[in-house]
Amino acid sequence: MHSRARRYESELQSCGLEVAPVEFSDYHPLKSITVTDSKSRRGARKGSTSSSSSSSSSVAPDPLSSMLDGTDPLSMFAAASASESPPTLSQSRKRREKEDEVGVDFEPWSSKRGEILARFTTTEKLSINLFMGSEKGKAPSLASSAVSEKVRTRLEELDDLEEGSQRELLNLSQQDYVNRIEELNQSLKEAWASDQKVKALKIVIQCSKLLSDTAVIQFYPSKFVLITDILDTFGRLVYERIWSMCSDPRPLPDSFTADEVNDTAKETCLNWFFKIASIRELIPRLYVEVALLKCNRFLTKCGIQETVPRLTAMIRGIGDPLVAVYARAYLCRIGMEVAPHLKDSLNKNFFDLLGTFRQIHGDSVQNQLVLQRVEIPVYLTLYSPAIHWILQCVSYRAPEALLTEMMERCKKLGNNALLLNSVMWAFRAEFIATRATDFIGMIKDCDEAGFPQHLLFGSLGRSLACADPPEAERLPILNEAWKVITKVRSPQDYINCAEIWVEFTCRHFTKREVNTVLSDIIKHMTPDRAFEDAYPQLQSVIRKILTYFHDFSVLFSMERFLPFMDMFQKDSVRVGVCLSIMDVFIKHQQEPTRDPVILNALLHVCKTMHDSVNALTLEDEKRSLALLINGFIRMVSFGRDFEQQLSFCVEARATFCNLEPVLVQLIHTVNQLAMETRRVMRGSHSRKTAAFVRACAAYSFITIPSLTSIFSRLNLYLLSGQVALANQCLSQADAFLKAAVSVLPEVPRSISIEGKLRSSEGFLLDFINNFLSALLVVPDHPEAGVLFLVRGLLNMVQDYTWEDNSDAKVHVYISALPLLAAMSQESYLYSIPKVDSNETLYGGDPKFLAEINKLCETLIGQVLDHLKTLGRDESIHRQGSLAFSLFGCLLAHGDLRNNKLNQLAVNLWNLSHKQGYCNTRTSVRTLEFIKHQAQQPDMVHLSDVLHRLTLQSRT
Amino acid sequence: MSASLDIRLKRANKVYHEGEVLAGVVAIVSKEAVQHQGITLTMEGIVNLQLSSKSVGVFEAFYNSVKPIQLITSNIEVVKQGKVPGGKTEIPFEFPLHTKGNKVLYETYHGVFVNIQYTLRCDMKRSLLAKDLSKTCEFMVHCLPQKAKLQPTPVDFTITPETLQNVRERSLLPKFLIRGHLDATNCVITKPLTGELVVESSDVAIKSIELQLVRVETCGCAEGYARDATEIQNIQIAEGDVCHSLPIPIYMVFPRLFTCPTLETINFKVEFEVNVVIVLHDEHLITENFPLKLCRA
Repeated sequence: MHSRARRYESELQSCGLEVAPVEFSDYHPLKSITVTDSKSRRGARKGSTSSSSSSSSSVAPDPLSSMLDGTDPLSMFAAASASESPPTLSQSRKRREKEDEVGVDFEPWSSKRGEILARFTTTEKLSINLFMGSEKGKAPSLASSAVSEKVRTRLEELDDLEEGSQRELLNLSQQDYVNRIEELNQSLKEAWASDQKVKALKIVIQCSKLLSDTAVIQFYPSKFVLITDILDTFGRLVYERIWSMCSDPRPLPDSFTADEVNDTAKETCLNWFFKIASIRELIPRLYVEVALLKCNRFLTKCGIQETVPRLTAMIRGIGDPLVAVYARAYLCRIGMEVAPHLKDSLNKNFFDLLGTFRQIHGDSVQNQLVLQRVEIPVYLTLYSPAIHWILQCVSYRAPEALLTEMMERCKKLGNNALLLNSVMWAFRAEFIATRATDFIGMIKDCDEAGFPQHLLFGSLGRSLACADPPEAERLPILNEAWKVITKVRSPQDYINCAEIWVEFTCRHFTKREVNTVLSDIIKHMTPDRAFEDAYPQLQSVIRKILTYFHDFSVLFSMERFLPFMDMFQKDSVRVGVCLSIMDVFIKHQQEPTRDPVILNALLHVCKTMHDSVNALTLEDEKRSLALLINGFIRMVSFGRDFEQQLSFCVEARATFCNLEPVLVQLIHTVNQLAMETRRVMRGSHSRKTAAFVRACAAYSFITIPSLTSIFSRLNLYLLSGQVALANQCLSQADAFLKAAVSVLPEVPRSISIEGKLRSSEGFLLDFINNFLSALLVVPDHPEAGVLFLVRGLLNMVQDYTWEDNSDAKVHVYISALPLLAAMSQESYLYSIPKVDSNETLYGGDPKFLAEINKLCETLIGQVLDHLKTLGRDESIHRQGSLAFSLFGCLLAHGDLRNNKLNQLAVNLWNLSHKQGYCNTRTSVRTLEFIKHQAQQPDMVHLSDVLHRLTLQSRT
Repeated sequence: MSASLDIRLKRANKVYHEGEVLAGVVAIVSKEAVQHQGITLTMEGIVNLQLSSKSVGVFEAFYNSVKPIQLITSNIEVVKQGKVPGGKTEIPFEFPLHTKGNKVLYETYHGVFVNIQYTLRCDMKRSLLAKDLSKTCEFMVHCLPQKAKLQPTPVDFTITPETLQNVRERSLLPKFLIRGHLDATNCVITKPLTGELVVESSDVAIKSIELQLVRVETCGCAEGYARDATEIQNIQIAEGDVCHSLPIPIYMVFPRLFTCPTLETINFKVEFEVNVVIVLHDEHLITENFPLKLCRA
């Protein structure tokens, strides 16, 4: 084969498209079109939609990054809805109505539920006392006015069934108790579904009766949560039932008034209220009536408005302060849900609560506590959830004056720690923060024996974490608070409180103060390995510090930070902490660093992460670990001190040997280091730098074999070979490339990608093509034969066990032809500065060219042989396309003045068109190309060829 | 194949007043046509009196039960003998609620010894082979509102050991002072009984405070009259040792059917009272009685 001589320069010029500066127009396929559109058209709403103006700037070089600083479609919608055109009349009215409602900033009950259930537990035995059917003769006969005869008899039968079904379940564990209550909830739903409304009501009454029982008082808050769940269910069932009675002809709108409710529905609703009004006991009557509060809407317009104050007053009849306060909490909760605008009743509830506050320290309570052996501080904390909730309802969007008034009234009461605590929880953080010093004073005045002081400081800290106290008061506040916190004896109480205050400290102070805090924590948590029980809190401390300290040199210069880290001795926790540290580092470290403090510390952190990897670690986990470590490695830079950098890489390799992606990253880093050295030396290495880049090559060379992924190895060999070549390390480059070739046979036929087995053929072909193009510039080794790398590669390809029935091998042969053609040129398409390629080594030696031609002939022969075997029916199609690609190769690279070659080309064309499988469009365009080429002076011969190529229409 | 018979009144709450028209439909649902010998409707209002065994003795109570007093009665044939087609048939009807002579329609009342009840019965007579169908439905009658304007009559009360009657050992009583008031003792039946109660002081913890609604029924008979007080309902207004000197609301809804405007006739009387019952922790029971006068406004 003879390759045609190429003049790459002129070809490039003639082939090149007309050079037109690429402008970054508004259009980008990934960009949403509407944004710019709406902006230009509706000038009046300028700036209202979004700020994605970057689209038109010519500076943004990367269309993707310019996408990013625009607004994404989702937030665009949000922005658009937020900046609606000026509100119309109806909208403004709607908004005014909305103000009365509860916004998203109101923490809902559902979020408190779980917390209460988790916090108030007991190991004591509980009992449930149910008197089903004990109210016989009252509720059913009352119902008789409305229910039909048949229903009445049925209900009576039911009563008979349950007559005396009074049962007392004793000795229940807490879990049993919870299960029982859940069973009751289920039977309530079942009873309702099977139309046994009276039974449902009885269940609810019995359940709410349990709330008057304060035995096992520690469990009371949880009991309240469980039972109010049932009440909620009941309230919802009744409301929906009555609502559905009015859905004829069409459902009631949400904002219906009593006038729209039909008589039957009203009568049913009224019946419910009469039934409830006759419940004998106070507490069930109260709770059930509160549960049905919303149903008042069906009867009268101001029903709710009149009922809530009455219920508020009714709670005064509850003697036990704990029971009363929870009843108030329930009323406030339902009140907020149903009629959030009735603030007065909420306030009344709170002031009533203050009025009965002295009850808490009364004799009955004291006697009960003695009986149950419950300490006062424990008892007082039982109130917290309810008082928190009431205060949260009262203070929600309340004017400043009201808050101040409430504060004053709380202050007037003695022993008000409990209230104080709830005030700090529930009131706006800003309100608390501006009065922080006052609060500290009040906390100090509180009775030591009552409510635990550390809880008070905890609550204060929580508020201060969200809002800032006046600047001048900050340090005194911290000092005062910490004075108390540090005296807390129980490690668990201590850490709960300290954890909260860490945030305040981080927020307003420097590393010095934080360091002090850390050392105090260490001091408290180390004795008796107390830290073992406080990992969540300690982790939270780290998280908070990381939120405020992004400068890692400052962070690690805190003396106590690393000792603090040492407290995490459980592996999983330790790794979790390390992960969060690295996460923050990668997110916030802007500049590469060489700070030995940071490096040492982070290397230690990363090592911990790395060492957690074992045989059981999931792939995903490994990936995320590797990602973090890689992020760290990328951030390490010793500037011009390349040797130091290399030795860092050596150390890192030893440390992270189990994470393959990290090793890959290290090889890349070292390669980059070599190239950086080359850049600094402007391409000509001194003796010292030459030795250094060789060391880099050596590093890569000994690291690559330890990788398991075959393609990582191949690609890195090739890349490192190229880097070595660029740095004039010829023998190293040879070694890399030889290694790559020798690894080739190991490539399995299929590899696993994302858990699925895929054929490796495509990857292998890609790699080989890549490799071939690199080979152009690799000079032959003086001691090895001509083109020994190309031959070596082709031999490997020959011996490789390709997939059955695959053309891959032939494809490789065909793609090797352009390489050989390029090698036979007088001057090569590309070269590496300061490296003599074969063009200079052989200087166009005819023997060399002959060698290339021989090789080409062998390859073409192989291809033609293969084409012959494809003659059979089922592979005709493949034959055609292979023939065509060989034709294309000859046309582009071969010298068609050579008759033999010319004839071969024509034959190939005919072969590919024989079966009519070829793409006519491609053929036509090929012909056009030849025509175009033939116009050039030295390509006239092509026009002859053109005549012999016929286009076969597919008929 | 069975047919079903039902009476449906126009008013959902089934409440009517004297002079109004009781209207509704008789609904017959059947798959096939029903052969019948006439459908009739009977409306009746009756006062049933019973003598309690306590006041007149067991046998007298049994034999001497006073004859029921009929207040109103009316009978119409809705459909003549014939056939009702299959499917759902609704036959409308109307009864004017007019009394004869000087009789008054008393308000519906379900008591123990006095019962005032109004019923509507529908009968479908059928041939010998099929069973007659019958359906009864009760409807309520409310008195017309009183003309005279009601003056609220608030009552203040104070309960101390000294104010109590009926005490065996006054010296054993613990000290207490309970004050309160009822907003009115002449109550509108549709409005709740309201008031306030304050435990000013009490040596013994309070266990419970309750409102007991009592009916007092009097029946005249040959031997004189029988007067009996029985409980209608008991509503707890305070549970446990309530906070001292904090007013606790008194609030009670009058139950429907079991209460009616206070009624006084030649043959019988229906009156109501409320007891404020205070139960102390040592099981002492303190009761203060207030007669009520109920009316409709």
